[in-house]
Amino acid sequence: MKFIDEFRDPGLSRRLADKIAQISTRPARLMEFCGGHTVAIMRNGIRQLLPPHIEMLSGPGCPVCVTANRDIDRAIALSQVPGLIITTFGDMLKVPGSYSSLQQARAAGGDIRIVYSTQDALQAARVNPDRLVVFLGVGFETTAPTVASAVLQAEREKIDNFYILCHLKMTPPAMRALLELGETHLNGIICPGHVSTIIGTKPYQAYARDYGVACVVAGFEPVDILQAVEMLVQQIEDGIARVDIAYTRGVRPEGNIRAQDLMNDVFDTTDACWRGIGDISKSGLSLKNKYSRYDAARRFEVELPPVREHAGCRCGEILRGVIRPVDCGLFGKACTPENPVGPCMVSSEGSCAAYYQYGAHDG
Amino acid sequence: MGEKILLAHGSGSRLSHDLISKVLAPSIMNPVLARMDDSAVLSMSGKLAFTTDSYVVNPIFFPGGDIGRLAVCGTVNDLSMSGARPLYISLALIIEEGLDIDDLRQVMASVKDTAVEAGVQIVTGDTKVVDHGKADRLFINTSGIGLIEYGTDISGSNARPGDKIILSGGIGEHGMAVMSQREGLHLSLPVTSDCAPLNHLVSVMLSVSKNIHSLRDPTRGGLASTLNEFAKQSDVGITIEEDKIPVCDGVRGACELLGLDPLYIANEGKLVATVTEVDSGKVLSAMKKNKYARQAVVIGEVTTEHRGRVVMKTSIGSSRIVDMPVGEILPRIC
Repeated sequence: MKFIDEFRDPGLSRRLADKIAQISTRPARLMEFCGGHTVAIMRNGIRQLLPPHIEMLSGPGCPVCVTANRDIDRAIALSQVPGLIITTFGDMLKVPGSYSSLQQARAAGGDIRIVYSTQDALQAARVNPDRLVVFLGVGFETTAPTVASAVLQAEREKIDNFYILCHLKMTPPAMRALLELGETHLNGIICPGHVSTIIGTKPYQAYARDYGVACVVAGFEPVDILQAVEMLVQQIEDGIARVDIAYTRGVRPEGNIRAQDLMNDVFDTTDACWRGIGDISKSGLSLKNKYSRYDAARRFEVELPPVREHAGCRCGEILRGVIRPVDCGLFGKACTPENPVGPCMVSSEGSCAAYYQYGAHDG
Repeated sequence: MGEKILLAHGSGSRLSHDLISKVLAPSIMNPVLARMDDSAVLSMSGKLAFTTDSYVVNPIFFPGGDIGRLAVCGTVNDLSMSGARPLYISLALIIEEGLDIDDLRQVMASVKDTAVEAGVQIVTGDTKVVDHGKADRLFINTSGIGLIEYGTDISGSNARPGDKIILSGGIGEHGMAVMSQREGLHLSLPVTSDCAPLNHLVSVMLSVSKNIHSLRDPTRGGLASTLNEFAKQSDVGITIEEDKIPVCDGVRGACELLGLDPLYIANEGKLVATVTEVDSGKVLSAMKKNKYARQAVVIGEVTTEHRGRVVMKTSIGSSRIVDMPVGEILPRIC
């Protein structure tokens, strides 16, 4: 398939892997921030192509995984409000909250529907004018513009039964929080591809400058990722830290201005709670006052149970890159994709699920 | 507005009889069914295979087929994968009140065409109508009986180290066709279901080789599930090559778009076989002559290593484990 096969080329991949082995002389700890990268790395077996002294850590870049229990609890509580239709991306369905999951809430009678885009959620509101439709806004800067666009569209079409439960988050503050914690001693970061398409590369400049971490934006095919690793290793070997783009077909330094404008028009930044990291200042998005009528959290009062974390679950440390999924005592035993204890085992972008599915059972 | 199914159509009244005699029975009539007794009376001798399956696909019409074709193919294929020649099928309909009778006619026409193609007779049946909202348009159950004619013992637990793994063609087409129809995806490269009866294909394969050890149609859970079942049931390792597995551009594109892996998407007209290396060539060339297996290909082999696991050599020359799928990949595709 055009524009995909080129980036899965075995010969090119091999040459990049050889080049990395050739130029790499010292240990390096690299983190792929984005869950999409974790999956691509595991699915293509990229780790096995790298020298053993290059360590790949998975970061917190899975929106479902970093959604805090109390936010999931709120979605579950909303789903039990009579007359409400909850629309959500499928990944959220199985994520355990404090006591239950949306999947269980659906079995208990909640009208919870999987959608593939924010537009589908808006369509559900159009075709069910006598019902109230809530979209679970979980995602990063890639999802946020689509939510903004749906809100503006609802406004234009005077759709008054459409609401957003807004748990959108922004990646740069989380990355900074990780670097600030300093637990993982990173030498390089594979910066998210799709997120960077929206926000550009400017937010990463500070990481390179303030923390001396090499940054390369990567695409999601094997050649993209190997090229990014090669560029990171080159920076590390040269003793420099800057922001490079290995995904020039998808990312411009300034990002997508139109999408940024949309987000700025509809959202304010707000503090948000990240699983495993805690509250991060100005890392979330909330609807601006002028759009507050679409805010499900303001519109519907629900009673929430006390938040409970799962005993033994180490998703938090996994999301911070402090431990690998296989280092968690529950991994593959008490916690499997069939019976997930933590969200990293549920989401298709979760690092535990990727490790489990693609065979790193033994590390 | 066309004629609709009413609750009374299932009540045993004159209306029921009319539905059966005018809409349901004529297309599938045969001497056994014509007796209209409480059960079909069949004379058979030999080793029998017996199977049952229910079909709840949504929507009931999809590109490349409908619930009628699916219901016949599914049961025909289940019998075939045990090495049996399918002979007789039952057909039970659960109809939601309000279904267009024309839709029912169209489904029955598919049932008939598919049964004729497969050479099976529908010898007994049942019709129930449930209140609006208590079913989703039309559910079908079929059971089937087949005769084991070849001496071979075919089973998922018979794969042996050294066997070649043959796949009959491109994967993921049925699941993706149903999915794209249901979700209104409007793919630029439309995908058509591969739904097909495979009994003639299997019969050709069995006639050229007595060394086919395992046969299975990779339906729900896709190729990944079937290979994992072979690996676990037979306590062997399986190695496949990503580049050898045919996936049409439509399925590849849709999977890229939706973040799905074709290995896990359902098929309804494909089979996987494990065959001794010696016989694999002749089985493969016999298969390629059948219209449902023109793309048949050896995708890997059975090994003594990594028992119980399926390992795939990836396109870029690395390898990874292919695990069983988890949870529902795509709901109600069959």
